[in-house]
Amino acid sequence: MRTVQGTIERTIRGRAKGGETSASSIAFLVVLWLSIVFALVFLAVLIVTTIIDGWNRLDSRLFTEYPASNPEDAGARPAILGSLWVIGTTAFMTIPLGVAAAIHLEEFADRNNWFNRFIEVNVQNLAAIPAVIYGMLTLAALGLFGVTNKNMVWVGALALSMLILPVVIIATRESLRAVPEEIRQGSLAVGATPLQTVLRNTLPGAVPGIATGSILALSRALGEAAPLLLLGGLVFLSFDPNGLMSGYTTMPIQIFNWTGRPQEGFHELAAAASVLLLVMLLAMNALAIAIRNRYQQRW
Amino acid sequence: MNPIDTTEAAARADTFEAAREYRPPVLDCDSVSIFYDDFLAVHDVNFGCGDNEITALIGPSGCGKSTVLRSFNRMNDLIEGARVEGTISYHGEDIYHSDVDAIEVRRRIGMVFQKPNPFPKSIYDNIAYGPRVNGFKVDSMDDLVEEALTKAALWDEVKDKLKQSAFGLSGGQQQRLCIARTIAVRPEVILMDEPCSALDPIATLRIEDLMHELRSDYTIVIVTHNMQQAARVADKTAFFTAEAHEVTGDRTGVLVEFGDTAQIFESPVDKRTEDYISGRFG
Repeated sequence: MRTVQGTIERTIRGRAKGGETSASSIAFLVVLWLSIVFALVFLAVLIVTTIIDGWNRLDSRLFTEYPASNPEDAGARPAILGSLWVIGTTAFMTIPLGVAAAIHLEEFADRNNWFNRFIEVNVQNLAAIPAVIYGMLTLAALGLFGVTNKNMVWVGALALSMLILPVVIIATRESLRAVPEEIRQGSLAVGATPLQTVLRNTLPGAVPGIATGSILALSRALGEAAPLLLLGGLVFLSFDPNGLMSGYTTMPIQIFNWTGRPQEGFHELAAAASVLLLVMLLAMNALAIAIRNRYQQRW
Repeated sequence: MNPIDTTEAAARADTFEAAREYRPPVLDCDSVSIFYDDFLAVHDVNFGCGDNEITALIGPSGCGKSTVLRSFNRMNDLIEGARVEGTISYHGEDIYHSDVDAIEVRRRIGMVFQKPNPFPKSIYDNIAYGPRVNGFKVDSMDDLVEEALTKAALWDEVKDKLKQSAFGLSGGQQQRLCIARTIAVRPEVILMDEPCSALDPIATLRIEDLMHELRSDYTIVIVTHNMQQAARVADKTAFFTAEAHEVTGDRTGVLVEFGDTAQIFESPVDKRTEDYISGRFG
């Protein structure tokens, strides 16, 4: 018991910055630790209760069955496929556009031009706008063009693209900026044009960072329900989404739907689908970290 | 058997020597002033760098020697607000003329930087990069890579690991790789901006030996902080210093003295050169 106490005491003393041992600094340290513990316990409770709630329905039927009025027969197959379709389309729409925009802003745009500075500030601001606003924006745009059937994969992907485009731009710019200036100069000094320098040297050097940033942005889009709810994503599907024009629903919307039902069986399903969504998100984040660690360039 | 007239032979040798002595400068500065926006960085520089010569630019920090060097291959263009007045000519052609393509200038006048800056690619791709971006039609890229690495005295050290990352090389090897990369685009002039300042003495010595070897094929201009280095490698030396403006206090670089290295180091004409060489300031 004494040794345990001694260890704790030494740890606290050792960790306090600069070996500070006054009572107030140790108290502050303990408060910081408690904050971390609180956050972690909260997260653990959430995950564990969700897994317990959904345990009985975490089976193959979740992947193979369609939604049904009887919770025993229902599954999330269209929602899972719908999420994959929407996220895939979002990736195709966002990454080329975001990378190109970032290359322009970082490598070619004149930083002293007021218009470019205006764009820069607004890209930063856009990244902080609530997701639901993008849903409303897409809705308004569709209204302008007279599109009445909003439940299509490309419409959902459009809203999510706008949501994560600023994040992709910012991540790409950061990783382009991380490529040292000497590399660009070295390339230009052997007679490469600025465009060749970007395409053959700067951009390849920034790819790991771009991949990491894009995956994290897509994982944010994967968990997003609000903009899609506005765009008619809350539908009862009994078929697999099969193209850009196809109707769809996504996992967060399906979970939202099931949670609102009175039957206990649907709540179990919602928990099971939540666990699945969580696993997908963690897998994407793990992939992002793996890419970062594997390919990160140490200049 | 005709006896050789020694006086005539000597006279012929003299004219021959004289003819060999005179070579029109490859790079020539005529009243060159360089500005960063309104700031006058270098004022009224006149000197020329001859064919197959090593010219060293020396002087204290902030004297504008690197600025002058970077204006030779238009790397200064990349700095916003940088502007050159006067004429810098390459084989008599003004490199800042509006018809001249900066990319073409940089291909013919290569540059090696202070810190070794290999690309994040394999050793082979580092060398092949220049020829590729310039669209060289070569029979065998392998031969070109080998030739460039051989000239840069690096081939024997890297021939078994051409596919490995250039970042795995030592600092001195990386700098020789950068020299090889420059050679691979077949320039006529190589500019070196303090190429040894990040290297240890042994690596520095290897680069200096290499410069002596390259001298027969290239015109070399080197900026160096190290006076012994200038004395060891250079044929000609230009000494720059910085002078404060009487009113604004802005420090502007000026060329104090230019001449044969031996003359600059042994019998400098200008008092400021003498003070700097003898270590009284700088």
